[in-house]
Amino acid sequence: MQPPKPTEPLPSEITPRERYLSRRELMLGAAGAGLTVMSTPAPAIAAERLKYAKNPRLSLSEPSNSLEDITTYNNFYEFGTDKRDPARFSGEFRPRPWSVTVAGEAEVKGTFTLEDILRPHALEERIYRLRCVEAWSMVIPWIGFPLADLLQRFRPTSRARYVAFKTALRPKEMPGQRFPVLDWPYVEGLRMDEAMHPLTILAVGLYGELLPNQNGAPLRLVVPWKYGFKSIKSIVEIRFTEKPPPTSWNRSAPQEYGFYANVNPAVDHPRWSQAKERRIGAGLFSPRVPTLPFNGYAGQVAGLYRGMDLRKNY
Amino acid sequence: MLCSLPLAWLMARAFGVAGLGLGANPIDEIMDRLGEWGLRLLLVTLCVTPLAVTLRKPWLMGVRRMLGLFAFSYLTLHFLNWLVLDQWFDLRAIFADIAKRPYITVGCTAFLLLVPLAVTSTAGWMRRLGRDWHRLHRLVYPAAILGCAHFWWQVKADWREPALYATLLAVLLAWRLRRARRRPALTAATHGPR
Repeated sequence: MQPPKPTEPLPSEITPRERYLSRRELMLGAAGAGLTVMSTPAPAIAAERLKYAKNPRLSLSEPSNSLEDITTYNNFYEFGTDKRDPARFSGEFRPRPWSVTVAGEAEVKGTFTLEDILRPHALEERIYRLRCVEAWSMVIPWIGFPLADLLQRFRPTSRARYVAFKTALRPKEMPGQRFPVLDWPYVEGLRMDEAMHPLTILAVGLYGELLPNQNGAPLRLVVPWKYGFKSIKSIVEIRFTEKPPPTSWNRSAPQEYGFYANVNPAVDHPRWSQAKERRIGAGLFSPRVPTLPFNGYAGQVAGLYRGMDLRKNY
Repeated sequence: MLCSLPLAWLMARAFGVAGLGLGANPIDEIMDRLGEWGLRLLLVTLCVTPLAVTLRKPWLMGVRRMLGLFAFSYLTLHFLNWLVLDQWFDLRAIFADIAKRPYITVGCTAFLLLVPLAVTSTAGWMRRLGRDWHRLHRLVYPAAILGCAHFWWQVKADWREPALYATLLAVLLAWRLRRARRRPALTAATHGPR
């Protein structure tokens, strides 16, 4: 696939400029008045601009959530279980230098620097909806590249039927890991065909800039038709396996979180309904909206699960 | 009064006073903070009698009703926020949730148990009900237990905060049980309406 010519759109092309700027002013004003609710200002505005091309074909046409929403409302339990914790407590985390270990059923294995991982890949922007298992959703302009392009470089063997991922284990930098809320390190996995699907990407940035720590720097998975917890953050290991790999939430509560975790309004979480979702940023008086099968990507991915009972394989 | 501070803080955030805000998901934020303070105040209310007795400070009993009513106010707002902002009067979804979601079933039950207690909290009702007033107000114990369950049931993995409240409640209930066993004759006498 020939990468399109890189362009550099400003974040202001995505969020209306006044809104973007007024948010910044608001944050600065709050910080100046010493009244900010965050103990340290969120590193929301990363320094480094990325070169990338837009991919409108695989992007939503809906407006994205604000950078502030995307970077201050996170589930990243490694930094704490409150939605604001990752923005507050990820300041000590060092996403560079970084390396990723590749192991298992592949011809090319070893430990690679982040630069080696990224070098051959042209970055593109994909605007995806992220649907959390907690029944809320956001629209996020990710910067990344197809996971398939990376996996092919490792030449997986015919025995590779699944891909397992692992998050960094650094309790010194990730304060949430000092208490076993989950069995650290966080692990996730995909079936090989899910991993190779063109919608599945590895993200290195959002809103045209490097990923902030609280969003999974420096390298995270994005699988838009699955609940957010499948999109593992701060990846340090990729392993090709023959058997389904363990996944963190499934291990924590198997009756509530399955291996597949495809967004499905017809299959409720045992404790709450998945039929509707709250759009983050819609305001106080906007009712929930219906959740779409496969988070709206059914046309592209439903075929992967043909013949499967999605009630059993939740 | 100290008990209105969390609400005042929440209002300041809701109206953007001094650059404050409710974050990306204001409805859930309002819900969580109101529920959290309602449960905390309910537990504080249940601390009053043990403290008054063990510290021998009977005047403490005077604040019990006010604390209880504050807890009830927070929980009422919590309930209304769910009904209006969260569900937007979607009655079908509301009744489906009450029937199907255990944490909502117990939350609603706990709230309904507290309603008669708030209604009969006046001096007039105390007089009218006499000894029954005290019997009726024992409903606060199941309500508090259900309230803790309601909180615990919806956390995904981090059970530390609900565990803290449940432990406190267990201690408070154990204290009452022990006292009732030890001095069955006395409890009846000391438990007149106050």
